[in-house]
Amino acid sequence: MKNEEKKQNHNQEICHLNPDSEIFFRIRAFFRTQHSPADFVFRTILLFSGIMLFLLILSIFCSLIINSMPSIKAFGLKFFTGTVWDPVFEQFGALPFVAGTLLTSFIAIIITIPFSIAISIYLGEFSKSGAYSGLLKNSIDLLAGVPSVVYGFFGIFVIVPAVRYIQIRFNIAPYGVGILTASIVLSVMIIPFAASLGREIIEMIPSEIKQAAYALGSTRYEVVRHVIFPYAKSGLIAGILLALGRAIGETMAVTMVIGNSNMMPKTIFAPANTMASIIANEFTEAVSNLHLSSLIEIGVVLFIVTTIISIAGKIIIRKFAVHIS
Amino acid sequence: MKKIKKLVVGLAGLMLIFSASIKAADNELIGAGATFPYPLYSKMFDVYNKEQGIKINYSAIGSGGGIRQLKEKTVDFGGSDAFLSEQQLKEMPANVVHIPICMGAVVLAYNLPGISELNLTPEIISDMFLGKIKKWNDPELQKANPKVKLPDANLITVHRSDGSGTTFIFTDYMSKISDEWKTKVGTGTSVNWPSGLGGKGNPGVAGLIKQIPYSIGYVELIYALSNKIPVATVQNKSGMFVKPSLSSTSIAGDIKLPDDMRVSITNTDAKNGYPISGFTWILVYKEQNYENRSYNKAKNLVNLLWWMIHQGQKYATELHYAPLPKQAVVKAENLIKSITYNGKKIIE
Repeated sequence: MKNEEKKQNHNQEICHLNPDSEIFFRIRAFFRTQHSPADFVFRTILLFSGIMLFLLILSIFCSLIINSMPSIKAFGLKFFTGTVWDPVFEQFGALPFVAGTLLTSFIAIIITIPFSIAISIYLGEFSKSGAYSGLLKNSIDLLAGVPSVVYGFFGIFVIVPAVRYIQIRFNIAPYGVGILTASIVLSVMIIPFAASLGREIIEMIPSEIKQAAYALGSTRYEVVRHVIFPYAKSGLIAGILLALGRAIGETMAVTMVIGNSNMMPKTIFAPANTMASIIANEFTEAVSNLHLSSLIEIGVVLFIVTTIISIAGKIIIRKFAVHIS
Repeated sequence: MKKIKKLVVGLAGLMLIFSASIKAADNELIGAGATFPYPLYSKMFDVYNKEQGIKINYSAIGSGGGIRQLKEKTVDFGGSDAFLSEQQLKEMPANVVHIPICMGAVVLAYNLPGISELNLTPEIISDMFLGKIKKWNDPELQKANPKVKLPDANLITVHRSDGSGTTFIFTDYMSKISDEWKTKVGTGTSVNWPSGLGGKGNPGVAGLIKQIPYSIGYVELIYALSNKIPVATVQNKSGMFVKPSLSSTSIAGDIKLPDDMRVSITNTDAKNGYPISGFTWILVYKEQNYENRSYNKAKNLVNLLWWMIHQGQKYATELHYAPLPKQAVVKAENLIKSITYNGKKIIE
């Protein structure tokens, strides 16, 4: 602990001496130090790839902005409040797709939360090893690796008829496809992400703390409730946010089961479109400049939303992390 | 530092090699565009490669992409299911000619348990997709189908969610037969649908129709034929109820055609023609000497086009495409003859 503090002080001192930001300082320090030639080449390659990654993200964002300029100029803020998407008369409003994306992702998250937390607690605490737990772990990894188009087929052949059955029972137009169907398919897709991160966090909890709780006479449930849960909260939430990020960007499976209607969704059974699915649907045949740049502007929105979610995830991990000294 | 220099020189050398290979040789042609004629084109290009030794790469990226790539001059020809509008022609850097290659039709596929024959009039089709006809036992529908008893079930329409030439032909037809459609929805590769579900691609639409009882939607004729989906008979302009087929599609194009072949033949005047059909085109620049292209390359391109509208046509029927009618071949010949290199005609 003390060592770390010293290091931090040291770093702060250096930063204080050098008015430039830390990254430039590091680059400069790197060029000043003497290295063996092999070391130098190796370090150069590492530094180069690091900088390239940053430049790549920056250039993706810039090219999206530049290419969406015609639509930004034409619609301004109305782009986000407009509910009409009409490629023929060149009226483009993205609200139905923003709504579709948020609705499907959040419903999917709500379905995911109980399952992913239960799986992570089970695998992280109750059944850490053994054949059954190995099988479960492997199947979760497998679920994460299944291509999304396969989930789309699963949605079409299993979830769609099931939802249609419910719709017929409740006397709603029996489309089968729609927001709810897409959310269910999405939730199955994202459970592995949330669950495996949660499991890792729970496994990392020092066994001394748990054993102390058991020594005090806690039941297993009490340990989970009062020790594991507070300790792993940040990891569980971060896992769910990561999963949310994936749900928002998911394209293929959603396009196959959401019904692809450009109208504002009125119920959770209604067909809709998400930001990713409208781009996938219309990009190849978008002929007019304004149509194309409007689709790219949706890409910008998607980019920003994903960035916000990933930053929020980082903040939550930092804020809720339990410090044990 | 020396090592890095060597590395840089090596990389630069590699890049040079790659960029050289991107600039294709004279006996290679590159095309991109419509997905609809892709199976036919790949068959034609394969045969042509074996016969003439000319290699043709065609990527089916969609009509919009084909037009954009031709505009950027990164391809030798573009494929499109929709002809360029006056506005689009003006935006192109040079004159473009439209060479028709084959014909396709759009059919209405339906899922009505126990019913295998369905007649539709233009009014019924437009009212269905405008969301005005909500039940299958609508009096209009029942009147057009006196022989069958239509069920009291909700009617669900299915359309293409992805932009496509199929949607263009279908909405073009709708705009011609219904003023309300023309002002409310219009014609395009993707439009603002007033109602119904969207499926991605022909398989997406056909899949939804198969799964949802009492639904109806449009797919390409070739798709319906090869998957044996029940399709509706449509009343044409002359009042005839025409069953969609390759021959009734070809007949639809056997009318008086304009010289530039930028023509929509939906709602055809032909007496026995199927009304929802259209051409698919290959777009090339009229003046072939651009971007330092060689004369040989231009000549190869023109020869290929000539072959496609003559010898190549025999591959159409077996792949469920309608071959060009006689009149269209004559017009296409004139268009190919009008292609020049340095202002001089390439073939007479």
